[in-house]
Amino acid sequence: AEKEQPWGTPCTQLLVFVATPGCDGFPSLDSKESYKLSVSEGSLLLSADAVWGALRGLETFSQLVGRDENGTYYINKTEIMDFPRFPHRGLLLDTSRHYLPLRTILETLDVMAYNKFNVFHWHIVDDPSFPYESLTFPELSKQGAFNAMTHVYTASDVQMVIEYARLRGIRVIAEFDTPGHTLSWGPGAPGLLTPCYLGKDPSGTYGPINPILNSTYHFVSSLFHEVSAVFPDFFLHLGGDEVDFTCWKSNPKIRAFMKEMGFGEDYKKLESFYIQRLLDIISSLGKGYIVWQEVFDNGVKVRPDTIIHVWKENSTPYMEEMANVTKAGYRALLSAPWYLNHISYGQDWMVAYQVEPLKFEGSPEQKDRVIGGEACMWGEYVDVTNLAPRLWPRAGAVAERLWSNATVRNLQDAYVRLADFRCKLLGRGVQAQPLYVGYCENEFGG
Amino acid sequence: AEPELSQLQVVIESRDPGCHSYPHLASSEAYHLSVTEPVAILKADEVWGALRGLETFSQLVHEDDYGSFLVNESEIDDFPRFAHRGILLDTSRHYLPLKSILINLDAMAFNKFNVLHWHIVDDQSFPYQSMYFPELSDKGAYSYKHIYTPTDVRLVIEYARLRGIRVIPEFDTPGHTQSWGKGQKDLLTPCYSGKQPTGSFGPVNPILNTTYDFMTKFFKEISSVFPDAYIHLGGDEVNFDCWKSNPEVKEFMKKQGFGTDYAKLESYYIQKILDIVSSYNKGYMVWQEVFDNKVQLKPDTVVQVWMENNYAHELSSVTGAGFTAILAAPWYLDYISYGQDWKKYYSVEPLNFPGSEKQKKLLIGGEACLWGEFVDATNLTPRLWPRASAVGERLWSSRNVTNLQDAYKRLTNHRCRMLRRGIAAEPVFVGYCAHEAR
Repeated sequence: AEKEQPWGTPCTQLLVFVATPGCDGFPSLDSKESYKLSVSEGSLLLSADAVWGALRGLETFSQLVGRDENGTYYINKTEIMDFPRFPHRGLLLDTSRHYLPLRTILETLDVMAYNKFNVFHWHIVDDPSFPYESLTFPELSKQGAFNAMTHVYTASDVQMVIEYARLRGIRVIAEFDTPGHTLSWGPGAPGLLTPCYLGKDPSGTYGPINPILNSTYHFVSSLFHEVSAVFPDFFLHLGGDEVDFTCWKSNPKIRAFMKEMGFGEDYKKLESFYIQRLLDIISSLGKGYIVWQEVFDNGVKVRPDTIIHVWKENSTPYMEEMANVTKAGYRALLSAPWYLNHISYGQDWMVAYQVEPLKFEGSPEQKDRVIGGEACMWGEYVDVTNLAPRLWPRAGAVAERLWSNATVRNLQDAYVRLADFRCKLLGRGVQAQPLYVGYCENEFGG
Repeated sequence: AEPELSQLQVVIESRDPGCHSYPHLASSEAYHLSVTEPVAILKADEVWGALRGLETFSQLVHEDDYGSFLVNESEIDDFPRFAHRGILLDTSRHYLPLKSILINLDAMAFNKFNVLHWHIVDDQSFPYQSMYFPELSDKGAYSYKHIYTPTDVRLVIEYARLRGIRVIPEFDTPGHTQSWGKGQKDLLTPCYSGKQPTGSFGPVNPILNTTYDFMTKFFKEISSVFPDAYIHLGGDEVNFDCWKSNPEVKEFMKKQGFGTDYAKLESYYIQKILDIVSSYNKGYMVWQEVFDNKVQLKPDTVVQVWMENNYAHELSSVTGAGFTAILAAPWYLDYISYGQDWKKYYSVEPLNFPGSEKQKKLLIGGEACLWGEFVDATNLTPRLWPRASAVGERLWSSRNVTNLQDAYKRLTNHRCRMLRRGIAAEPVFVGYCAHEAR
């Protein structure tokens, strides 16, 4: 007897219906990403409120398509109603500790889309290098990049990233971290950083941005004027983490300023003084801001719509910080348990997967203020040679935690799906590393 | 006119340079490099030393800001501290495509490694296509695509040979053999629950004659396929539970007077395998358990010390008993962690164990091991390099080459060099290379 084909009518079209597409706009925190996917005999229908939902639905659709032993593509009958649990599902890349070629960033955006990530947090500059080519201050990258010819992002590179991301429903949130983490800014902006002192004399080294000079605020204002225009997202990430006070303390002019302002010996007040003025500048530019948790911890007066980025794992347990931040009325982003640059032996994706972002004591209103989280891939030990295997499929665990329902947490089931997804990623040309012992039909480089 | 180097003359002094033979443990890798204008001279006893010298010469050549290639006048007299400098690759937990193995042989040569310890089969899969027992890979490989054909194996061996690298295959038994049972019925011990077989299997069955008939034939093939003088026979982590559960095995224990000491049964098995392999005129390497369990080893056996707990003490015991040893314990590169762990690999001093001068001579080298549970071609190269380079220097260079800051400078430079040569070595720390990887 002939082997009965389990397949019904061949499907030839996927109809995509979008109510209010918004194709020419940029995705935002409020974008609607919900979609409905209906697969039945002779009919494939994907419907969504906005194009962003259609993108998510198309990704799901692509994952539902299987292939049998004869090479026939098939899809099971199914009804899916899907939407993300959290609206902010991000990935941080650090292009200062190591330059990442444009192609690498674009490839990462592709894989982010496969994982339904929707925010690219571009930690673009930091202490070691300044690869961002500024129109207003070209000396910044000329003097601050690892190599001003080869290790920079031109204006066109940046536009490419933003558009490539947009087409995948991914927001690009740039982070220009100040006042700390700014050593590379110094060579191209003389007078910007605080000169450190050894006794009465400058030591020759520099510290954070100098908060007591008017020139600082002129500079910052001009730079962020440009940054606000270049990056279309409503939000900018302003950093504000790990400000080392040693240099400020050593500088006599700063000490004098502290006295004048009545700050006593509390340099957190000086830090807040700077941040305050920075936030006012950004507000006047019509942007919203995200800051690392220190800004909140140090009592800086921030606007009510500020988003606080929780990253510290050591001092206060991060869930306690999430509770405090949301209790104070601010929205929160979680990254603390998702530092993917912290590698260790074994299946660490499981730890990332089991994080429950809302596992803290708080009112429903508080919990609503947790808008999502970000997997962070800091660059001290990461560049193009090891970025993809280090990111994928581990970041997929974070992606599911941020998209799927809180009840989706069975590890064994997740393992099976993640291992399968990893093989799919290989098939799509992604250098995703193995989860554990095993194989894919078509190995990488095989 | 500026001094110019127009020639590098390579002189191999021995009457039998070794170009048509295979490298071995006693090969001479010493060389003398004299860089003066207009002709530099590289002298070595055997071709293996010439290869090392050529690698060094290639590293001495540097480029200035204008693109000119320069080399400093130098006089170098070099030779390795240890004769066995190996990398272990595991192609059973994950299949490694041929290309991946070959790329790593290149990287090994750049780092003067001279042994590829090919842990080719294990529990999870059997990718080695055997001529006598084709069912082993037919049934035991992950798929028909995840196989090393005889041609593949020959290619690896020759590619390695041309780089002065020995290929030592490991066919680990009696444990680590689950995949063997798929294609060879009755090879593994059936486990029991009470009087009933459970359907699962344990280590190789040591009580059947058929086991030794199989091993005799199998190792005959292996001995002819792999030209190195040594074969690694494994012998690690044998779990006795299954043997203990099997009534026939229990009966055998009684008959042999082994009591309840299953280490004796393990030794009984190993002994017979060692004898089989000896009969093919091969020397063997074994994991430390074989020594620890007091198996009778031939004097030229190499014992590989891998257990991290008190490995210095183990080195004393092994060399104290007169056996050659190689050290792997502190160099399990599959154990990744955050930060510059190359420093801890670099800081290992292999001869830091209590023992006489004679004993210390018995430590012939070591291996950086990259077990495959979490490694395949997607992440192998960045995980292995440049971390393994730290091990490479520790095994080649003089004992007093230990300064970390100096090593850091040279290692980061070397990493950029590897990038230029197409090896996707990961970064050591913050920074950049003039030619980034693509």
